[in-house]
Amino acid sequence: MKKKSKNLIPYLMITPYLLHFLLFVSFPVLFSIFLIFHRWNIISPMEFIGMGNFSRLAQDSYFWQSILNTLLFLVIHIPLQLIVALAFALLLNQPLKYIGVFRASYFLPVIVSGVVVTILWQQLFGYENGMLNRILMLFRVPRIGWLTNPNVAMPSIAVMATWKNVGFYIILFLTGLQTVPKTYYEAADMEGAGYWAKFFYITLPAINPTIFMVVVLSTIGGFSLFIEPYVMTGGGPLNRTLSTVLYIYKQGFFFYHMGYAATMGVTLTAIILTVVMIQKKFVEKNS
Amino acid sequence: MKKVLSYALLAVGGIFFIYPFIWMVSASLSPEKDIANLILFPSQFVFSNYAQVYEKIPIVSAFYNSLFVALSVTGLVLVFSSMTGYALSHMYFKGRDALFYLIVFTMSLPFQLTLIPQYILMVKFGWVDTYLALIVPYVISGLGIIIFRQYFKTIPKDLIDAARIDGCGEFKILFRILWPNAKPAIITVAILTFMSSWNEVLWPIIVIRNEKLMTLPQLITLFAVGGRAESQLGVKLAAAVLLALPVVIAYSIFQKYFIDSMASSGLKE
Repeated sequence: MKKKSKNLIPYLMITPYLLHFLLFVSFPVLFSIFLIFHRWNIISPMEFIGMGNFSRLAQDSYFWQSILNTLLFLVIHIPLQLIVALAFALLLNQPLKYIGVFRASYFLPVIVSGVVVTILWQQLFGYENGMLNRILMLFRVPRIGWLTNPNVAMPSIAVMATWKNVGFYIILFLTGLQTVPKTYYEAADMEGAGYWAKFFYITLPAINPTIFMVVVLSTIGGFSLFIEPYVMTGGGPLNRTLSTVLYIYKQGFFFYHMGYAATMGVTLTAIILTVVMIQKKFVEKNS
Repeated sequence: MKKVLSYALLAVGGIFFIYPFIWMVSASLSPEKDIANLILFPSQFVFSNYAQVYEKIPIVSAFYNSLFVALSVTGLVLVFSSMTGYALSHMYFKGRDALFYLIVFTMSLPFQLTLIPQYILMVKFGWVDTYLALIVPYVISGLGIIIFRQYFKTIPKDLIDAARIDGCGEFKILFRILWPNAKPAIITVAILTFMSSWNEVLWPIIVIRNEKLMTLPQLITLFAVGGRAESQLGVKLAAAVLLALPVVIAYSIFQKYFIDSMASSGLKE
């Protein structure tokens, strides 16, 4: 009897996890797969519509616009993030004083809620009196419609997102840089290699895993954009900042199109996984 | 020379990341007509923006809601993740490796996949507009389990075996022996969980519609989006300052723990 109860203890320990998994992971995933073949507004009975949601999705210009918007966001956000984060990590990875103070100040936007950053930057981006346009006017440059010009709005959000997150990636790169063995640089010094040669032939290959991680995390972040367009632009101008999550939110929680919103959730998941796979292939090829 | 340039660049970066926050605080304390200027310090202090936030939205109850939700989630995550982490690191049972892979796999699923069905679950449970909707779905953290598992592995098996021979129960071992020896893991999981719960916006917006139950970031988001701030910049900024303040205070005291914890969350991916 004693032995038997002892064997049950591990299962007792993992019971909370398993219950949570059944309820909040496996059921939702299975139910999603069921929902995508139905039309349902939660209240009236569910209606089977076969592939109806998918044929609607294929023709839904808002959905594809939101994917395009996200891709534009990523094309600006990822390189910017990599360059800024790596540059500051290299600066911090020197025997200097007050490194801790600098590190802590770059990290501040990371810990603050995205809502705070969004409200703050909404003012900085303001057309009439925003700080950025005030600075431009000091140099007699005409005002820019940071959030009102359809071609500029998404790049503006990409810059803001970089400002918010880059402190986190600076720390990741700094950790990565500190794992590169010093002997590599000493050997290169003996060969008379310059700064950039060392950077391209030693540093970059050594931190390749960190670069990949930054790219993947930024990609997932880009496909999760919600609060930024929700607060700043409502998805406009001309739907050019409509993010997929914002569109799912509107379909699901304004129109109660549960089947269709679930279909977009499943499709978006497939798109995210595909993009990450492509990035993985690309990194493996280059290492 | 190189050193001077490095310091200069680092300082420019510091201004770039810090100045907007200083401006935000100053602007929220300034009269509306001054906000458009590049202020560093208010020319005259006014608290009317804060008074208006207090009058227009139930900000105090939202603060307590957020605190209650974030503390509950953090406490439960610590208990449940350390239980699972203990089983995975110091116990032998059928399916242990499979469970570990399941946890890692689950962590890689984007939230977009489960958002809609989870909401439907809340409706069917009758949890919409209750704290349960804000707490129960978040009581398990895959990352928390992995952090505890890694850390418990570094605790010598002898310590646990000795306690078992003394007739200590497994729960007593976990909370009386492992917990006091795993403070860094507890701090890391606590900070990560508390922060993500405190800052969460999308889920509260979906499941809470009763203003009295809203969390702080949710209430302030809806305040900024809806018409109640009446496009007064100062009032919006004051609300944002109130939302940032608790986190910034905690951060300025435990800054190193915050940075280390968040960095470890990235490295575990």
